[in-house]
Parts: sequence; C-alpha cells; structure tokens
Amino acid sequence: MRLYLKFVSMHLKRSMAYRQSFFMTMFGQFLVSFTSLLGMWFLLSRFDSVGDYTLGECMLCAGVVLSSYSLAECFFRGFDRFSGIVRGAGFDRILLRPRNAMLQVLCEQIEFTRLGKLIQGVGMLIWGVAVAPVVWTPWRVALLFLMIAGGLTVFAALFIVYASLCFFTLEGLEFINIFTDGMRTYGVYPLDIYGEWLLKLSTFVIPYALFQYYPLMLLLGRSDRWQWGLLPLLTPLFLALSVALWRVGIRKYKSAGS
Amino acid sequence: MRSLLSFFRMQLAKGLQYRTAAWAGVFTQFFWGFMEIQLYRTLYAAHPDRFPMTLGSLVCYIWLRQAFLALFNTWSYENELFEMILSGNVAYELCRPVGIYGMWFARNVALRVSRAALRCGPILIVSALLPAPWGLRPPAGVGTFALFLLSMALCLGVTAALTLIVYFTCFYTLSHEGIRMVMGPVADLLSGSIIPLPFMPLWMSTLLRYSPFGAMLNAPLRIYSGDISGGALAETLLLQVFWLLALGGFGWFLQHRGLKRLSLQGG
Repeated sequence: MRLYLKFVSMHLKRSMAYRQSFFMTMFGQFLVSFTSLLGMWFLLSRFDSVGDYTLGECMLCAGVVLSSYSLAECFFRGFDRFSGIVRGAGFDRILLRPRNAMLQVLCEQIEFTRLGKLIQGVGMLIWGVAVAPVVWTPWRVALLFLMIAGGLTVFAALFIVYASLCFFTLEGLEFINIFTDGMRTYGVYPLDIYGEWLLKLSTFVIPYALFQYYPLMLLLGRSDRWQWGLLPLLTPLFLALSVALWRVGIRKYKSAGS
Repeated sequence: MRSLLSFFRMQLAKGLQYRTAAWAGVFTQFFWGFMEIQLYRTLYAAHPDRFPMTLGSLVCYIWLRQAFLALFNTWSYENELFEMILSGNVAYELCRPVGIYGMWFARNVALRVSRAALRCGPILIVSALLPAPWGLRPPAGVGTFALFLLSMALCLGVTAALTLIVYFTCFYTLSHEGIRMVMGPVADLLSGSIIPLPFMPLWMSTLLRYSPFGAMLNAPLRIYSGDISGGALAETLLLQVFWLLALGGFGWFLQHRGLKRLSLQGG
C-alpha cells in the first residue's frame, strides 16, 4: 500500500510537469462526457421523462455511473493499456521483479486527466440531489457512496478481464468497449428502460444492475426491499472472478519476445 | 481519379490486415444500435406525440449511422499526416506531381470508404433481417434512394473537407491535440451523431440545419427514410453542395497560406 501511494504521487508529479497539456486533456475528457450530457438533457426536456424517471432521477443515476467509471478509468488505466505492455514484452520485466505483478501493472499508469469526467459526474450528482424528489437520510447518503464504490469495483473488474484476455490473444479485444464505454453511455438511464432481458443480463452476467438499478430503486423510494441496498456488496465477487481469470492468464503467458 | 483509386486499394489492403478489429467494430456498433433503439422505443411509448420523426425513420437513421460510422465520423484522422506537417516532412509531399489538397482529400475519402466497406455489410444485412419495430426498412422509393446516394457522396465530401481543415490548422497551431480534442465531441453533437437534429430544441436544430454540420450525416440518413422530402430535400442538397465548396475552399486557402509560411521557417 505504501508502495502504491508512492506511485500515485509519482504519477501526479509526472502529469504536473506538463501542466498546460494536463489541463487541456482534462478539459477534453470533460467535453466528451459533456456532449453526451447535453444529448440526455435535450431528450429529457422534450419528453419530460424516460420510462417513468424524471430528469433529477436520471441525473442521480448518470452521476453514479459516470463518477465510478472515471475513478476506475483513472486508477486502473494500467490494465486498459495492458495489450501494449504484453506486446512490447514489458510484462517479462514485470515478472522479474520481486513484487506482485498485478500491483505493478496497476502502478504502471495512473491517468489523472480522466478526473475531468469525475468533475462532471460529481456535478451531475449534485444536480440530481438538488432536483430529485428524494428524502435524504444518512442511510440513503451511505447507499449513494456504496453504489459508487460498487460501480468502481465492477468497472475495475472489467478492465482486469480486458487485460487478462491479452494473455491469450496478445492484442486488445476492442469488443470489451461494449461493456465499459457502453455502460458509461447507456447506463445514464436506469437499466430497466432497455427491457427485461437486458436487466437480467446485467444482473447475472455482468453485474451492472447490482450497483445501478436495484439500489437506485431503493434510493428513489420506488422499492422498499432493503435487501436491494446490500447488492452493491456483491460486486467484489465479480472482481474476484476477474482476478481468477488473471491468474489463469499468467499461467498461460508466453512472452511475445521483443 | 487514378491516385484516388490507388490510395483506396492501399487503404483497403491495410484495413484487411486487421480483420479481428473490424469484426469487433461490427459487433460493437450493432449492440449499441440496438440499445439506442430500445431507449427511443421507451421514449416513444410514453409520448408518441412529442416524437419529431416517425419511429420507423428513427430506426433507419440509427442503423444507417451505425453501418456507415466509418464514413461519416468526424475523427478519422491519419496521425501520419499530422506528423508530416509538424516535422516539416510535408516538403516531400510537395515534390509529388499532384496537388497536396487533392491528394490528401483523396486519402481521407479512401480511408473512410475502405473502413466502411469492411464494416457496413454485416450491419446492414442483419439489421434488415430484424423483425418490424427494430429492423431497417427499405428506402422510401427508387428516386429517394438515388437522392440518398447522392447525398451520401456529398456528405462524405463535406466531412472530408472538414477533416482537412483540421489537418491544415496544424500549420498555424503547431499542435494537433487541442483542436482534435475539441472538434471530436463538439462535431459529434452538432452533426447529430449523439441524438438526431430533430430531437434538439427547435432554435438549435434550425440553426444547425444551415450550418456545415447539418450538411453532414444528418442529410442522407434522413433522406433515406423520407423524413426530408419535397422542397426541404432540394434545399438540403443545395446546402450540402454549398458547404462542400465553402469548406473545401477554406481548407485549400489554409493549406496555400500555410505552405507559404512554412517555407519561411525553412522546413
């Protein structure tokens, strides 16, 4: 953990060395998600609601998804760029060092510019909290943070799955974008608007609904099943599965040479 | 024309090297198209009266956009060309017996067409086979289809002309990151790839209709399903021709002046 913190401060210093470029990239990141926010806003101001969710409720939902996504993208960026490390045989070097390989990949890259999206995610949360008809109790505030933590866990696990697949294919499989970028784009609305089958898929296959739909229903007071509030706590199971896949991958690993 | 064809063949050969990437792209586009249609169906179910186009037109719009994404996106740049400008290697391009503007224009068109040629087939076929509310319908008529193809070609030209303007601003800014970062998402929103223009507030969609962004993918995709027809159709096509000439002329001017300044720097 101390080693990790050291890397965090190192990456922070590195990005601060080119301050102008750093803030520009951050602004670019902000812009990407800002245009999709505008799209969402246009739709909601025309139709008043999506399914039966109002603007404020969608904002809360989108804020949770965007915040957790940008946190995962910032701190797990090393896994996102892992195909490059494997192809350049950089992973051989990592294996030679007497430290946990996963920790090293984690430390390889921390992309603070992605926090440009976090700023917006938090902005949306604030907007959502202000507008959505939710009676705020300490429990509900805690639930909101639990949802973001759950989202971070799921997205992190997806980045690890993406990296693990590189052990088998050597190249990055872009279809994983469906699950990461896709959730960022379409997860801004509660998942049940896409139909029953998608909700099932995102409960049992890739557990988005565990941190988005179910706890959100409890948060918005649309459901009184308190058990649904505990579902984000199940997301570490998915993370464990992805780590298991990573372990299998390492055992299969053959160097690409250089 | 011959240089265009040979560039096209080169790009196609390059693109065919990455077949897995193309398949992954097809699968992703297909899935995203499906999600988008589900979203609009939900919106339609609640307020059909507030829908600015028919649901069928919208579904066609989404599928065509997904199929031809590579043709009309605003981020198909070649890093090689940026580097040429920044490193001064663009001087070598001047030695070739074809004008730089024409050549790069052909290159960009070839890049887009070759990428789209690899990807549009599977998406068009599968989406045409889908059952009623989800499927891609045939075009509104034979005449409409011909005009759709014409509008596609114009749209490709306008989009490529805009891309070239981005290349040539590098002569002045000496960095491509900033403009690309701003141009990408902004052009995406304004050209209607995030949500179609009719879904935007009236003042905005009216404004955009007369802007270069309205002459991009917005035009052919709505002509196909008959969402733009009659007088509006003629107006749209004329606007597309106008913007093609205007953006092309501006890009050529940027290039011309940029090259003059470059020679002062000594390359």
